[in-house]
Amino acid sequence: MLEVKGVFKTFNPGTINEKRALNGINLTLNEGDFVTVIGGNGAGKSTLLNMVAGVYPVDCGTIKIDGIDVTRLAEYKRAKYLGRVFQDPMNGTAANMQIDENLALANRRGTFRSLKPGITKKERESYKELLKTLDLGLETRLTSKVGLLSGGQRQALTLLMATLKKPKLLLLDEHTAALDPKTAAKVLEITEDIVSKNNLTTIMITHNMTDAIKTGNRLIMMNNGRIVFDVSGEEKKNLTTADLLQKFKMSTGHELDNDRMFLSE
Amino acid sequence: MEILAFFEKILNALPGACSQGLIWGVMAIGLFITYRILDVADLTVDGSFATGGAVCVMFLLNGHNVWFSIFMAFIAGLVAGAVTGLLHTFMGIPAILAGILTQLGLYSVNLKIMGKANQAVNVNKTDLLVSLRWVRDFAINNPIIMVSVIIAVLIAILYWFFGTEMGCGIRATGANLNMSRAQGINTNFNKVIGIMLSNALVAVSGALLSQYQGFADVNMGRGAIVIGLAAVIIGEAIFGKIFKNFALRLLSVALGAVIYYIVVQTVISMGLDANLLKLLSACIVAIFLAVPHWKKQIAAKKVGKINSNPNGGAENA
Repeated sequence: MLEVKGVFKTFNPGTINEKRALNGINLTLNEGDFVTVIGGNGAGKSTLLNMVAGVYPVDCGTIKIDGIDVTRLAEYKRAKYLGRVFQDPMNGTAANMQIDENLALANRRGTFRSLKPGITKKERESYKELLKTLDLGLETRLTSKVGLLSGGQRQALTLLMATLKKPKLLLLDEHTAALDPKTAAKVLEITEDIVSKNNLTTIMITHNMTDAIKTGNRLIMMNNGRIVFDVSGEEKKNLTTADLLQKFKMSTGHELDNDRMFLSE
Repeated sequence: MEILAFFEKILNALPGACSQGLIWGVMAIGLFITYRILDVADLTVDGSFATGGAVCVMFLLNGHNVWFSIFMAFIAGLVAGAVTGLLHTFMGIPAILAGILTQLGLYSVNLKIMGKANQAVNVNKTDLLVSLRWVRDFAINNPIIMVSVIIAVLIAILYWFFGTEMGCGIRATGANLNMSRAQGINTNFNKVIGIMLSNALVAVSGALLSQYQGFADVNMGRGAIVIGLAAVIIGEAIFGKIFKNFALRLLSVALGAVIYYIVVQTVISMGLDANLLKLLSACIVAIFLAVPHWKKQIAAKKVGKINSNPNGGAENA
């Protein structure tokens, strides 16, 4: 489903702030894979997702989604194949537009935006049903401005928007990191629900090692812009956080450093 | 008696102030598209306002129909907006600077269109849509009625447009660029379309004003952005609490322009030196823009005090 081959990315090349963010990434995802990604500060996790999404151009390498080469495709054109949820709940929705209007925008992802109505009555009804599945009471607030929602509600809504038109690939960039533990658990539950229901191929970055182990069928550990550990199936299910820390030390020669990881342990 | 005379003076000036206010209201609606919907301060308008007037007057002088002349002003505004939009998106120039560049260039363009600094149209010789000559007539050609009808039609069209897929895309572009791109919206394209539409309305406003006053002048757009902003801000301050619907918000902006002109006329009637008007407008807009910022700072200070008070937590518990 996703094929990343030899992707390099250096930020601010030739300056004192030069940072090699991706150092020859190779990654292949099969259809239906749910991959969790962990790694230290500046390991290149978010950069990897941003490269796939087309936020910045790659220095070299190729990215294919479902056999289509998207390496040089603009971000908004690539969006046709992708569903994305960001770390900052403010980022995934338009705060001064209504809940139903946000969903209607997402429902037109990958299509030409013509002079047809931006939202239809029929759509509104279907959104009401869809919002009911979240069990957050949003189905009665269809015309509320999204800015009035809590962070958790916004992330849940963004998840719906990302998957309203079934994407070939769902990209979750620490989408529970900004939420309190209880809300984070709820959003993660909704995530697993939506992914399994639609059988979506998913990449989820997380700072929570327990979540990384128990969610999905495959786990990737990154360090210094490289994938240093890639495990799936039974072996992944039987991992413990202690194993992961051990693996990290073995493959990199130093302790795992991620500010948020320590705070959340 | 003096007070009576003063009120008579204001009352006398009222129809003119309303007509001018409504004409500038068209311009303010255009500005609303960039300033509020796209979240871009577009300074092109100072130039495109005069371009609209110039194009309209020159077509009229060449014997064209008044509606056709206004339509050509609309097209000229679209082109001016496209230039700013492309400077901003395709050439990566910050929006404010892109607007200033276009505005400066348009000064020369406007001079070339008219051949000199100003051109007059005679209401007796040319069939005009609005003129200050008819400001006291009880007929459809009274500029207050005529421009009100035009504004109503414009609001209806804009209400429809911003409800379409493309219009929603433009609103999303102004609200959240990241989200828009993630949802497959071509944000650069939408910015250009929005800026074009905005300047087209501004040019129509210029076309109406040039007919109303009987001439187009290369300087007629100077400070237009400030008047437009004043209209947007005044309209929102007065009607913001009750007018939530998009169409009503557009209406409040147009009414804001009318209120602005009534205030200006009143101040002039009170004997203010007309040369000080632009300074006054600038001060009013600056204060209105500062108020929300100050409100936020005061709120932040209050929160800071609660947090820094060592007993604050205990008291709250």
